[in-house]
Amino acid sequence: MNMLSLSTSFALSVAAYAAGAFASLACWRKPALVRRICCSAALAGAVLGGLASVLGILRGTPVAWSVPSGIPLFAYSFSYDALAGFFNLVLAIAVAAVSIYSFGYLKGFEGKRNIGLFAFLFNLLLLSLTVVFTAANAFLFLIAWEVMALAAYGLVTFYHEDRETRQAGLLYIIMAHIDAGCLLLGFALLINSTGSAEFASFRPLAAQLNGGQQTAAFVLFFLGFAIKAGVIPFHIWLPAAHPVAPSNVSALLSGIVIKTGIYGMARIFLDVLGGVPSWAGLLVLIVGVVSAVLGVLYALMEHDLKRLLAYHSIENIGIILMGLGAALIFRVAGHPTLAALALTAAMFHTLNHAIFKCLLFLGAGSVLHSTGTRNMEEMGGLIRPMPVTAFCFLIGAVAISGLPPLNGFASEWLTYQALLAGFGAIPGLTRILFPLAGSMLALTGALAAACFVKAFAITFLALPRAPESRNAHEAPRTMLIGMGWLTLACAVLGLGATWFLPTFDAMTEQLLGQRVSSHLVTGHGLVLSAGMRTSGTVSPLVIALGLLVLTLPAAFLVAIGVRRLGRKRGPVWDCGLPGLSEENEYTATAFSKALRMIFSVLYKPRREIQAVFDVSPYFPKEIRFESEIEPTFEKRLYAPLQEFIFRVSTRMRTIQAGSIHAYLAYIFVTLVLLLLFGVRK
Amino acid sequence: MIEVLINSALQLVLLLLVAPLLSGTIKTLKARLQMRHGPGILQPYRDILKLVQKGMVIPETASWIFSAAPYMVFATATLVGLMIPMTTTHAPFSLFGGVLAVVYLLALGRFFLALGGLDTGSSFGGLGSSREMTISAIAEPAMMLAIFTVALGANSTNLSEMAKVAVGQSWRFLAPSQMLAFAALFIVLIAETGRIPVDNPATHLELTMIHEAMILEYSGPYLALIEWGASIKQLVLMTLLVNTFFPFGLSSDWTLQTIGVGLAFYLAKLLVLACMIVLVETTNAKLRLFRVPELLMVAFVLGALALISTFLF
Repeated sequence: MNMLSLSTSFALSVAAYAAGAFASLACWRKPALVRRICCSAALAGAVLGGLASVLGILRGTPVAWSVPSGIPLFAYSFSYDALAGFFNLVLAIAVAAVSIYSFGYLKGFEGKRNIGLFAFLFNLLLLSLTVVFTAANAFLFLIAWEVMALAAYGLVTFYHEDRETRQAGLLYIIMAHIDAGCLLLGFALLINSTGSAEFASFRPLAAQLNGGQQTAAFVLFFLGFAIKAGVIPFHIWLPAAHPVAPSNVSALLSGIVIKTGIYGMARIFLDVLGGVPSWAGLLVLIVGVVSAVLGVLYALMEHDLKRLLAYHSIENIGIILMGLGAALIFRVAGHPTLAALALTAAMFHTLNHAIFKCLLFLGAGSVLHSTGTRNMEEMGGLIRPMPVTAFCFLIGAVAISGLPPLNGFASEWLTYQALLAGFGAIPGLTRILFPLAGSMLALTGALAAACFVKAFAITFLALPRAPESRNAHEAPRTMLIGMGWLTLACAVLGLGATWFLPTFDAMTEQLLGQRVSSHLVTGHGLVLSAGMRTSGTVSPLVIALGLLVLTLPAAFLVAIGVRRLGRKRGPVWDCGLPGLSEENEYTATAFSKALRMIFSVLYKPRREIQAVFDVSPYFPKEIRFESEIEPTFEKRLYAPLQEFIFRVSTRMRTIQAGSIHAYLAYIFVTLVLLLLFGVRK
Repeated sequence: MIEVLINSALQLVLLLLVAPLLSGTIKTLKARLQMRHGPGILQPYRDILKLVQKGMVIPETASWIFSAAPYMVFATATLVGLMIPMTTTHAPFSLFGGVLAVVYLLALGRFFLALGGLDTGSSFGGLGSSREMTISAIAEPAMMLAIFTVALGANSTNLSEMAKVAVGQSWRFLAPSQMLAFAALFIVLIAETGRIPVDNPATHLELTMIHEAMILEYSGPYLALIEWGASIKQLVLMTLLVNTFFPFGLSSDWTLQTIGVGLAFYLAKLLVLACMIVLVETTNAKLRLFRVPELLMVAFVLGALALISTFLF
């Protein structure tokens, strides 16, 4: 044990990522070798990082290292506390799966693309993520944040021949820099009042900030982290960038990278600032509700499998923010136990979402790998050639829809309980918002279930709709192992939620001074409870066992019938008109038609039907159907903004006429003004 | 432990036996109200018996999902039935899942049934699945709001706790918040059990059908499981309504006498609710599909009003 203490394993994991990055760059000419280096280094880093996080969480008290850099305000300061440990655990679980999966997945790149570059960026991304989660100096944090954004940009634009990819990458990098700018200003505000960039020096300061400074700090940090997390209305980069990236990268982006926004909010609002005003908590809660509902509504309209998953990330970030917002509100209102419950719910959902979203993106990656298309309308029947992928995707779909007994249910249940507890704890009329948020969570869950019925059924069930899907094949074994690991995690974290909850104790104690897991578990450690004596309880494990036992009488009934007369295979009912083919199947667009009509206020759908008739209008020879929905945020918010920026820049161009004399004059005038400014001080 | 097992076994038997009876009663009452003779209240038992003895035809296009769906529908509905207090305030599985688990378990059954509908590749299945998921999705927030109103009053989402609190104040249903919540849940009940004006349980091969379209390809024992599961789900939702709002006859003791009284009261309450459903079904026409959201919006508003009025009164 002495050999592998927390600091050693953490340092080794960082070293593994760094070695993976530079070694793969060094031998980029040997693709097979690079592929192995890339994936083994990432796997080693994940295992060591996982070990470090387990040690860190068990230890409970923070460990800090600091190496001075010689540059003022900047130091290589790391702090490995419970919050950092938890996010490193999330990272380790996801990266372990993605790196095993990549052994098989990257094989397709060999000889076609520069794996060396990919491996470099991939390991660099993991390295920067580890640093983001552990940095204890504002500048170190910002540098890691920026490296993360750039590495992710390189990975998103890996298929840079496509125009769509390049545009998505551009949008991503612009948004990433707006958020980095907001964070820089936020930190500047804090540094300005303490004269130090260490997180530790910010902590005593929170109480001394005046109202205006507090508001400004909250707004800047919230903007910065919300853009990274893909919260509506700052989400537009997310559904553009996630689908165009290679699928193992999409899994990391949706599973981990957007979670840095959640990490940042928890770190700054709960730890560094030590709480925010109650209106701010309320804002986080409301933004969460809006993101959850709109995210899933937009996901329903997608028939690009990966874009659909990307919109679900927005939805789940919304659910996490509901928990986090409730925690912020409870903390200010003086209910630390409830705040700890809400924070546990939010963080548990963060972990769960990382797991099932990685799983779903990896599943989508296998499908894409096998069929070569992201368009669900060309898929179908893939459960026959790809049974394992289909099973893993199904488990992911049940988990993300929040259905029992898997992990998504456990964390959504805790979120419900936190919201319901808010009604009793918060005075005044704002308490109404909590059950209303709960009902919106119910709407989100039900719509997500509808969306995943569509995603799973159109992709994997019935008959193939295009030749690519007819010739599909199962993914290589390493890819299946990667997915299998996450499938297992979905089941274990659902059924064993009660055993996992003590993991959050160290974090809630650090941030809120409360250990709540012992309140959240009753019934011999089998039952989740909402913390108070009389409030709700649930046991995913017993539910799973109950479902298993209750299928026995059903199986008995079926056996009676089957033994007497057997089961026959027969054609589907075709209304007496033989020749039913895959063209008659329901499509993803058709499935979401009812919801498109119901929420037409939001979608403003437009459709166009052109039919060519031969003899009678009842028997069209050809029909062309086009349907699209209005991208409201892009059209109403971002297009006018872009236009405004272009207009201003055109105006600005007049001072940039290309004349050296003019430029020299500008320099001179600026210098004089600066000197005057300096003298005045 | 032994007590829980006996209690579960008793409730399981009650659940499995009463559910088809209730469906039969509703059908017969409806027929009588419409001046028809009707099939008799025992017909659902005969249907199940008949279907179980038949062979089944599975579509050539279907995968194992098609076969898994009936088991899931049956198992989820039955498990949910064990979480709800029926004749006493004590439900055997109350500790293992409250009202949130009930709603989400029913959603799990629906999830698989909708997959089963799409698995056949038939357009009818897809149509049914799409509509079922849509209607249940917009019914969900109304249902939750109404349930929250009661749960917040009882300070618990566990149905046994809610029933115990309700027993303490039998006349609470006269409070405006409770009446509004009941109205909201009643609308949701109509939608969730696929009754007129949302869906017509008696129709086949019409473009208006929802639930029946989804299960069109099922036959034999699978169909029996789905039909039985659907009737159990209906019983569960009706029980939720009668026992949370009208806790008459519920007792927290566990003797032969209290169970007997509880059972008698329980069946009587179910009969009254069944009459209400029959009255609604007979006096209304089926709504167009795109008018259904308006009805469910009414339920949502009623739920929100229920919640707000807990402040005022």
